[in-house]
Amino acid sequence: MAKQTLEQKLAILSDAAKYDASCASSGSTKRDSRGGKSLGSNEGSGICHAYTPDGRCISLLKILMTNFCIYDCSYCINRVSSNVTRARFSVDEVVKLTIEFYRRNYIEGLFLSSGVIRSPDATMSDMVQIARKLRHEENFRGYIHLKTIPDAAPELIAEAGLLADRLSINVELPTDAAVEQYAPEKKPAQIRKAMADVRLRQEASKETSFSGKRPPRFAPAGQSTQMIIGADGSNDAAVLGQSTRLYSSYKLKRVYYSAFSPIPDSSSKLPLVKPPLLREHRLYQADWLLRFYDFKLDEITSVTTDGNLDLEVDPKLAWALVHRAVFPLDVNRASREMLLRVPGFGVKTVNRILTTRRHRSLRYEDLLRMGASMKKAKAFVTAGGWSPGGLTDTVDLRARFTPPPLQLSLF
Amino acid sequence: MQRAVIPAIGAATAWRDAARQYLAAGVPPEQIIWGDSAAAPDLFATSAAPAARAVPAVPRSFVSMAQTVVWHNDPERFARLYAFLWRLKDAPYLMTDRGDAELSRLRQMEKDVRRCQHKMKAFVRFREIGAPDAPRRSFAAWFEPTHHTVEPTADFFVRRFSDMDWRIVTPDVTAVFEDGTLSFQDGQAKPDLPEDASEQLWITYFRNIFNPARLKVKAMQSEMPKKYWKNMPEAASIRDLIAEAPARARAMAEAAPSLPPARMASVQAQLATYASAWDGPQQELPAAIAACTRCPLYKNATQAVPGEGPTDAALMIVGEQPGDREDLTGRPFVGPAGQLFDQVAGTVGLDRRQAYVTNAVKHFKFVPRGKRRIHQRPDTTEITHCRWWLEAEVALVKPKLILAMGATAAEALTGDGTAIMARRGQVTQTAAGQPVLITLHPSYLLRLTDAQAKAEATALFAADLATAARLTA
Repeated sequence: MAKQTLEQKLAILSDAAKYDASCASSGSTKRDSRGGKSLGSNEGSGICHAYTPDGRCISLLKILMTNFCIYDCSYCINRVSSNVTRARFSVDEVVKLTIEFYRRNYIEGLFLSSGVIRSPDATMSDMVQIARKLRHEENFRGYIHLKTIPDAAPELIAEAGLLADRLSINVELPTDAAVEQYAPEKKPAQIRKAMADVRLRQEASKETSFSGKRPPRFAPAGQSTQMIIGADGSNDAAVLGQSTRLYSSYKLKRVYYSAFSPIPDSSSKLPLVKPPLLREHRLYQADWLLRFYDFKLDEITSVTTDGNLDLEVDPKLAWALVHRAVFPLDVNRASREMLLRVPGFGVKTVNRILTTRRHRSLRYEDLLRMGASMKKAKAFVTAGGWSPGGLTDTVDLRARFTPPPLQLSLF
Repeated sequence: MQRAVIPAIGAATAWRDAARQYLAAGVPPEQIIWGDSAAAPDLFATSAAPAARAVPAVPRSFVSMAQTVVWHNDPERFARLYAFLWRLKDAPYLMTDRGDAELSRLRQMEKDVRRCQHKMKAFVRFREIGAPDAPRRSFAAWFEPTHHTVEPTADFFVRRFSDMDWRIVTPDVTAVFEDGTLSFQDGQAKPDLPEDASEQLWITYFRNIFNPARLKVKAMQSEMPKKYWKNMPEAASIRDLIAEAPARARAMAEAAPSLPPARMASVQAQLATYASAWDGPQQELPAAIAACTRCPLYKNATQAVPGEGPTDAALMIVGEQPGDREDLTGRPFVGPAGQLFDQVAGTVGLDRRQAYVTNAVKHFKFVPRGKRRIHQRPDTTEITHCRWWLEAEVALVKPKLILAMGATAAEALTGDGTAIMARRGQVTQTAAGQPVLITLHPSYLLRLTDAQAKAEATALFAADLATAARLTA
């Protein structure tokens, strides 16, 4: 086989990495390169440097170190039984690509993942070497996200956490049974243990010693994980149940939901489907309600009988439609907790309502200016100059928010 | 009439100084004509500075908003800011009235500028204009911002790219960073930048990171509006990617699953050698416990927590179940209850390291509540399932005495978990006839809020530990 050029390798190894949803570069320690000795900065909020036509942001150079893999996970393009073209970057190639892209302002940093080659330890130590070279030789102060290999040695994870901003390990599928079925070499218990280990190291790195000295921060942007949606038969209640467990047990920054998407050269064990993009979107909305709007899991999943989210309307609206008895709320009197439950009101809008109503009472136009989506909210609130009257309880209220019915085509 | 001319470079400071002067002199907004250097002079205006008096206090939140709004491209921006400042003089609370129409407009302008700044940080594309092996490399970019954002955003690029020279050329203002110094020049026409080889790699990356099975063109365009495309090298591929996507997705769906390559068999044989196997009766137990799926608790917990300690210990201490800490670390009794145990045991001369410490149930049972895990008491079924392991541990250690702490341990060992307060301090027996001393669980002591009750319960607990130490001495 002819030797692959850098461009060919980049094509293969970025193609192989695109099924990872995460591309976040936010929430790490603030740092910059003032003084001219180093390169790069991180300012807390992430930057999306480009968007591809799949609507996803490109913030990091997201590549695999290699797509050779000894595992046989049915949903994965890089599984050992796949006939995809294989390639492998050298350590220096990844470092050079990252630095040259960064200098041209294409990216915020590197998201490095890898197929498992030889053994988990060998793979992880190559990845750590790339991060070490970027930090210590190139003086790179941008963002680094490393995907850790669950069964790699603890010393390697320890070093990875000091070099990288974020570590992640994918739980892959919502239930242990599904992981065993589709990813026979992965052990859910081992993945959980690895996440527990990261949380413990993070907490240890926040404690000051008796002399008041702080140890170096371990993975300051936290850890995240990803679940594939729609490959196995789990319903949304199972998926969200799994993510609330992960958030509470391992203090994850994010759980990413990735709609199972067709891959070239599919496995006979897992037939291809159209990616359930709308379901993925609803799961993210529900995830937000759980974390920032004080919704309980069963409040969101009890709205429908089969434990799946309503695809036609968003989860908050779906909740409001079956709990109309608590509405309409008076925006001038209602508590913060209740205002957060109004469809069309976000956290920002609610904060603005609360500060402004200290001085005067709010009118309908004020809500529009505060950024509320009144198309949704108007059936659920009263304000100066506005009362929904019978609108809240009309039979066809739901139909106002759902897409118009489509006539089936004969052909 | 007063005429205030605000220059394009340094507009923020110039507006601030002028506004401060007018406000101090009490000049009302309708008496001032604001303009940037491009505006035509007004026939009746004077640019003589008014006599100054003391400057009234202005809310800090207004100052920071004004420092952003001055960079908006609305010709009325200076006048709008001053008009609002004039109202603010008598009503400082206006800054928190988010329903006020004029403030809402200014906040919207502030948001426009911030978005434009953000997009500039994201979409500026440098090309190398110097030699790649020069000690200090140099780059240049051509950019067309919507608002006057070069000056307020330049410092971001200084913080990020301080080890190289760069310039961002725009039709409005040009920022130049050379040898560590930032300066601004007037706007320029689009320069001819040399070809850059890395650009081709970037385009390759852009084309391959795109997933044709999930086309969402609107989502892309709302975040990356078309007006920016002409200066982004990768944007030229967008049209092709969209056009080819449905056919590529269809081809993937229609292709039949293929046969695995020949390499697979050898790889899997190699993989089998990595799997570790436990041998020997003693090592087998922890591994078997770790793999336990006898009851559903394993699904939510991180790991099973087996017992710990010398396997020839005279005393075996049995608690309820692992807590948050134990679940994360995989070791028994390391959380708050374990620490309290150590403390009380220390006062009666009981050394935990001499004992085998374990739990009646090996997995942590909890319910997630927000970002915390709330402990749940295991039920009888779970205790019964886990007794399998507890009995295996008892058989392995063969202790002289088992100390059962709390109702769950008592239930697991004696089959009865009731009336702990009445039964504590007494030695009963397991079904197999081993002596069991029942006592309180340390987490019960932690839960007591009344100081006197706590002291009394701690004394009882200490007395039981002393009994245990005496019986196993």
